[in-house]
Amino acid sequence: MSALGWGALYGLAAGLVIAVAALIGVWGERKVAGRMQMRIGPQELGPFGLLQTLADTVKLLLKEDITPRAADVRVFRIAPIIVFAPIAMSFAVIPYASGFAPLDTSVGILFFMAVPAISVIGVLLAGWASHNTYATIGGLRAAAQMISYELPRTLSVLPFVLLAGSMRPLDIMDEWRWWWIPLTFIAFVVYFISSIAEVNRGPFDLPEAESELVAGYFADYSGIRWAIFMMAEYGGMVAAALFGAAFFFGGYLHLPGVWGVLLFVALATAIAVAMIWVKWTFPRMRPDQLMTTAWKVLTPMALVQLAVVGLVIPWLS
Amino acid sequence: MTFYNDRTGLAQDNGIAETGELVVNVGPSHPSTHGVCRVIVHLDGETVTKAEPVIGYLHRGIEKMAENRTYLQIVPLTDRLDYVGSMYANWAYCRAVERLAGILVPERAEYLRVIVCELQRIASHMMALGSAAADTGAATMFIYAFDERERIIEAFEELCGARLTYNYVRPGGVSFDAPDGWTETVLEFCRNHRSALDMMDRLYFGNVITRQRTKGLGVLSADDAIAWGASGPVARGSGVNWDLRKHDTYSVYPRFDFDVPVGSNGDCYDRARVRLFECYESCRIIEQAIAQMDPGQVKAPGLPRLLAPRPGDAYDHIESARGSLGVYLVSDGSVRPYRMKVRSPAFCNLALLPMLAEGHMLSDLVVILGSLDPVFGEVDR
Amino acid sequence: MNITQLREHLCATYPDLCPLFSIEFGDGVLSVEPERLREAAANLKDLGFDRLGMVTAVDRPTHFELVYRLYSRSMSAALFLKCNVGRGESEAPTLSDLWPAALWQERETYDMFGVVFAGHPDLRRILLPDEWEGFPLRKDYRDDTMIRRPDYI
Repeated sequence: MSALGWGALYGLAAGLVIAVAALIGVWGERKVAGRMQMRIGPQELGPFGLLQTLADTVKLLLKEDITPRAADVRVFRIAPIIVFAPIAMSFAVIPYASGFAPLDTSVGILFFMAVPAISVIGVLLAGWASHNTYATIGGLRAAAQMISYELPRTLSVLPFVLLAGSMRPLDIMDEWRWWWIPLTFIAFVVYFISSIAEVNRGPFDLPEAESELVAGYFADYSGIRWAIFMMAEYGGMVAAALFGAAFFFGGYLHLPGVWGVLLFVALATAIAVAMIWVKWTFPRMRPDQLMTTAWKVLTPMALVQLAVVGLVIPWLS
Repeated sequence: MTFYNDRTGLAQDNGIAETGELVVNVGPSHPSTHGVCRVIVHLDGETVTKAEPVIGYLHRGIEKMAENRTYLQIVPLTDRLDYVGSMYANWAYCRAVERLAGILVPERAEYLRVIVCELQRIASHMMALGSAAADTGAATMFIYAFDERERIIEAFEELCGARLTYNYVRPGGVSFDAPDGWTETVLEFCRNHRSALDMMDRLYFGNVITRQRTKGLGVLSADDAIAWGASGPVARGSGVNWDLRKHDTYSVYPRFDFDVPVGSNGDCYDRARVRLFECYESCRIIEQAIAQMDPGQVKAPGLPRLLAPRPGDAYDHIESARGSLGVYLVSDGSVRPYRMKVRSPAFCNLALLPMLAEGHMLSDLVVILGSLDPVFGEVDR
Repeated sequence: MNITQLREHLCATYPDLCPLFSIEFGDGVLSVEPERLREAAANLKDLGFDRLGMVTAVDRPTHFELVYRLYSRSMSAALFLKCNVGRGESEAPTLSDLWPAALWQERETYDMFGVVFAGHPDLRRILLPDEWEGFPLRKDYRDDTMIRRPDYI
């Protein structure tokens, strides 16, 4: 098969992976949130309501495709894709099993940190293309939030690069030791909070909630276009959980073979459930409090962690 | 006044961009669950320079309608004033009628009135706290609060058959006696409610983000609270120790031992805490009332259906969940009142919104509105 | 403080208000002319009536009767302050600078009855739309939506 053929196949696979991840993410959120609120969550469609999200997706596909008349049509249509595609790509560099990462590059960590940043452009374009003052402001605010939280997110992962001496995920997994868990604990806290803020979830979802009050950047998107934004959000959450489970907790290394992979999935699920838990417990933060947290709290914490790891390294070799 | 007028300035001739004032209309279809209130907000960047509530979307002319109905027919109208607290709205009206006509209410009826009023107060505070939490995004707190409210509504359904507009407190007493086992249901609710309140306290008020968002917000000084006629948790949150149940006491309240929670800072956090602690106190009152209640009549004997009180006027008030709810009745001796005026606490408290919201951000406006706890049936009548 | 004690206290402090004070069915009522309304209100505020509970009007056949309900927390007392204004050009002084609680309540009284409060900073309709014509709570108000009550009730 030609390179184009392989590329298309990989693209399809990435799309399917993120779609399934988002499907399970949404289902998980509804069930977990339901149980936390003393109710059951979806239960009618499929066993344990597993097909609920699929039914919702079918419903969204059947909705009328509305584009505002004054909107810039081509930009309007491409913005969701720009938000969604980089997050789908970020699934590729995560090490799922011993010696297996779908995309095995020597700059895997950089890839995972930098590529989802492209979706910020999509957010700005979505706000701009809606041709709606409040959507534009909402888009600017969401973009500012996402950019601010990229810094602590990236800094929190750097300790692993220092400890392993390489940016290649599989190399880091080879060098991984159990005592990295307590050593990088602060980094995990920073990573966890920053990942939630990156995908506009949980206590940091004012750009979405603002759509109630004024307008959010995707206020004018309906049907499947809106669903693409949501898939990006849940997909991002799942990707962050997988990444966190792999590096901060050792992923598949603790048990051999298939059991290791299952443990990896279980650890990622635990992190994702924690993210859901946080969303349903805390009220939303105000935009200025959000920015304060990113710049004045999380970034210094990540730098301190980096300094600690840097000091420890001479004793390791 | 023109709305939707985006007056953000554009670059001037000399190349300096000047931002003007932005007028945002937070429309009558409100995202938060408080009802139909429109707020016209003038923004300077992120800061609110002026927030003007526009009310009247739920104005049904209840006061005018009351002039055409007999005293008993007006009771269902009062249900729909503060629809979150029909029991005490009925009671305020009935007290005014009883004062006007000189009716003596049997003791069991007074106890039942106190029990349902306190239960209604808890239900109303659960709604207020839940909605305030939902506005800030804490959806789980909303569900927990409404679960407690559901228990109360089920108890009311057993008592009088309705879930929201009860038409229960009538001039001269109450409409039905408590069915067998009802008081046990209510006592069990009170037992469970305290632990639910503890849980809600930890979940919502113990949360650092809640504190960040509500502490120091919308500060109302005690002098302003008195001068502006604020009452209820809005005034008590500012340190004004004034509760009609204690300081202008009525019905059988002197027989109960309870405290009045009073805040100190007058911010949104304190007002919400006052509401939470009032629920604990209401549980105490209910338990004491059930213990003290004796069997007896629930309606004043010999009362005609068509009441024709003496000509004159009367004003009476009760402590509702929102404040001092009063009804002023003027009678000309006929079976219909000449004038009925409802002194609505939510209306008076809402007048504080422009003062409280000034200088804060747009995201804070919803939080402040939630802490004032308006119910628009009462505001607009 | 009960009604008789309140009357003694009022008569001792403001003897010229004493003849205007009456007790009707257990409630104290101070009836003043519109010209003396502000002075009486200011005197009552100095006396300790720090809360204005209610402002309303009653449409009598020949005049509007303005009714104010005042509270004193320190004295634990309440009374009515009543004032009759003419039906033609019904005007009364505003009390909103003494008690800001009167701001919205006077707007409502204007909206429903058409009583103009001189000196009110922002006297416009509050419950009804700005362009509404007529004053609904007046007894002679007629509207297309009103229906006649059947005689058998």
